[in-house]
Amino acid sequence: MLKFITDEKNQRFIVPLVSVFLGFIAGAIIMMITGINPIEGYRALIKGVVGNPRRFGEWIVASTPLILSGLAIAFGLRTGVFNIGVEGQLIAGSFAAAAVGILIELPRFIHLPMVMLAAAIAGALWGLIPGFLKAKFKVHEVVVGIMLNYTALHLVNYAIKILPGSTNTKTVDIFESANLSSKFLSSITKHSRLHWGFIIAFLGALIFWYIIERTTFGYELRSVGFNPHASEYAGMKVERNIVYSMMISGAFAGLAGAMISVGTFNYARVIGGFEGYGLDGIAVALLGNNGGLGILISGFLFGALKAGSSAMALAKVPKEIAEIIMAFIVLFAAMNYGIKRLILYLRKEEK
Amino acid sequence: MGRKILSLLLVAMLAISLFAGCAKAPEKEEPKAPEQEEPKATEEEKQEEPKKEATEDFKVGFVTDTGGIDDRSFNQGTWEGIVKYAEEKGWTEGTEYQYIQSNEEADYIPNLSAFGDDNYNLVIAAGFLFEKAMKEVPPQYPNTNFAIIDAIVEQPNVASVTFAEEQGSFLVGVAAAKTTKTKKVGFVGGMDFPLIRHFHAGFAAGVHSVDPSIEIVDQYAGAFDNPGTGQQIASTMYEQGVDVIYHAAGGTGNGVINEAKNRVSNGENVWVIGVDKNQYADGIYDKENNKSVVLTSMMKRVDVAAYNIIEAAQKGEFPGGKVTALTLADDGVGIPKENPNLSDDIIKTINEYKEKIVKGEITVPNNMEDLKAFEENLK
Repeated sequence: MLKFITDEKNQRFIVPLVSVFLGFIAGAIIMMITGINPIEGYRALIKGVVGNPRRFGEWIVASTPLILSGLAIAFGLRTGVFNIGVEGQLIAGSFAAAAVGILIELPRFIHLPMVMLAAAIAGALWGLIPGFLKAKFKVHEVVVGIMLNYTALHLVNYAIKILPGSTNTKTVDIFESANLSSKFLSSITKHSRLHWGFIIAFLGALIFWYIIERTTFGYELRSVGFNPHASEYAGMKVERNIVYSMMISGAFAGLAGAMISVGTFNYARVIGGFEGYGLDGIAVALLGNNGGLGILISGFLFGALKAGSSAMALAKVPKEIAEIIMAFIVLFAAMNYGIKRLILYLRKEEK
Repeated sequence: MGRKILSLLLVAMLAISLFAGCAKAPEKEEPKAPEQEEPKATEEEKQEEPKKEATEDFKVGFVTDTGGIDDRSFNQGTWEGIVKYAEEKGWTEGTEYQYIQSNEEADYIPNLSAFGDDNYNLVIAAGFLFEKAMKEVPPQYPNTNFAIIDAIVEQPNVASVTFAEEQGSFLVGVAAAKTTKTKKVGFVGGMDFPLIRHFHAGFAAGVHSVDPSIEIVDQYAGAFDNPGTGQQIASTMYEQGVDVIYHAAGGTGNGVINEAKNRVSNGENVWVIGVDKNQYADGIYDKENNKSVVLTSMMKRVDVAAYNIIEAAQKGEFPGGKVTALTLADDGVGIPKENPNLSDDIIKTINEYKEKIVKGEITVPNNMEDLKAFEENLK
C-alpha cells in the first residue's frame, strides 16, 4: 500500500487526492471551532448531493459549466498561456448561444449543434483577441484578458437588451429546439434542471485529452508552451500556435457559457457582476492536474460543494463552510510540491 | 494508457445512466395510483397525518437573493419580520425557521426546492428576481406554501405581496423638494426595470408637486450589490450641484450614503433619502450627537408583510393564489415615525399630501408615461 502511494508514477493522482483529503480535514477543524459537528456537516453535504434524485440532478447541473471552464483554463496552462479571460469568453459564449436560440428556429438536430457551435465560436473569438495581441505585440494575455472580461460583461448586458422581446433583466425564453433541457432527464431526477449538457462536458474532456495527448497539433501547442524559442528553432510557428491555444481555450469557455444560458436557465440574463465561473475553472484545472479525466473528477467535486451548500445551510452549517473547504483544497493542490516532498519522505522512512 | 482513460470514461457514463435507470422506475408506477379507486381511504389517511404535524411544528424557510440577510435592504427586512415572529413564538433558528443565501441566480430554484424537499410549511422569497423560480418550483411541492414579495405569481400555493412604492416615494419627494437649496435633486436606481420605476416616478411626482422648477437628475447603477458604483454616481451628482439624493438601489445605495457622509464630514451640506428600511442609523456621521446624513427614508414594510404571511399561514388562512397590495393607507409604505432631520413644517406638508393620496385625491404615477401626464396636469 505504502509503496503504491509513494511510487513516482502514481503521484499524479495521489497528490490531488491528498489535497482533497486535507481540505476536508481542514473544513472539519473549522466546523469544530465554530461549534458544528463536522460529521453532521458532511452528512448534510452528502445528502445535499445524492440525498434524492433531484439533488443528484442539480449536482450534475452545477458541475457541467465548472468542468468546461476547467478545461478552458487547463488548455491554456498546458500550452503556456494563462487564460484569465475565461470569464469573459464564457459570457460571450452564453450570449451567442442564447441569441442563436432566440433569433432562429430550426429542427432540433440542426439547431442545437448550431447553438453549441455559436457559443464555441464566440468564446474562441473572444479568446482570439488576447491571443493575437500576445503573439504579435507581446502584450501579456492576463492584462488583456481581465480587460476583456469587463468588456464582455457590459457589452453582453447591452446586447441582451436589444434582442427582440427582452426586458431590462433578461431575454425571452429560447426556442425549445435550441435548449439542452429534456423532459426525460428532468422526470427521472424528480424535476431537477438536469440537461444534456453533461454529455457535452464528457465529450469536451475527451476532445481535450485527444488534442493534447494524441495529435501532432497538440504536441506542437504544448511544445510552444514549454519553450517557444526551441519550438521556433524546430520549425514550429510559435505565433500562430499561441493564437490557436487561446482560441481553443476560449471555445471551451464559450461552451461552458452555453451550459448556463441554454442549459440551466433557457434564457440569457443581464448580470450585475461576474459570477465567478472562470475563477472556479482555475481551481478545477489546478486540482485536476490539467488533465481531461482529472478535470472531470475535480469538476464534479467542486460541483458537489456548490450544490451541497444549500443542504448544508438547512443543517445549520453556514454556506461559507463549503467555500472554505473549496479554498483549502485549492490551497493544498497549489502546495503540491510540499505534499510530494511529504510523500517522498514517507518513502525514505520505509527504506 | 489512452485506452484506460477511455474505458474509465465509459464506465463513468455507464454508472450515470445506470443511476438514471434506477431512478426512473418509481416514476413510472406513480401515474397508475390515481386510477385505482380502492386505496383512496388510505391515501386520505396519509394526507391527514402530515397536516397534523404541520400544526404542531410549523417550519418557515427564507431564500435570499445574492444580497444575503444583511443587505440592509429588503432581504434583511423580510428576515427581521420572520425573526420577530419566531421570537414571539420561541422558535429556534435551524429547526423552525431557517434561511439559505443564494450565491448566484442559478441557486434560486435549488434553494427553494431544498425547503420543499424538507417539507417546510412556508417558504418566503423576497424580490421580483424570484418570479420565474416561483413559477416553476411551487407546483412540484403542493404541500408547501410559498410567498413572494414584490412580484405577482399565479399559483394556488403562492401568495404574492406587492407594495405601492410610488406612494411612499411621493412623500420623500415632497421632503426632498422642501429641503433642497440648489433646486437640484437626484435619484439613483438599482437596475432599470418597472419596479424601480415605481420609486422613480413617485419621487419625481412628489418633487414636482411642490415645485415644478426643481431639476431631477437620475441614474441607474445596473446592480443592487455594488456600493462602489453607488458612491461614484453619488459623487458625480453632488459635484453637479445636487444636494438631496434618493436611492432605490439596495446595497448599491450604501455607497451613496458613504459618499454623503464623506462630504458632510468635509463641511458640505448634502442629504440622502434611504429606502426600504429606516436607514437613519446607516447615515450617522457624528455618533455623539446622533447626526445622520439620512434625511428620511421611504420605508417599505417587508418585515410586516413577512410577519403577516407567517401568521396567516399558521392560522390556516394562507392567502394562496391571491395578491396582497400594501399601500400608504395600510402603512405598508411611508416615512419613519421619527425624522430628526425634517422640520415640523415639512412633516406637516408631507402629512397633508399623505392624506390626499390616501383619500384618492392624488393618484401617484408608477411609470414614466403616467408621470409625464401627471406633470402636464401640474402646469
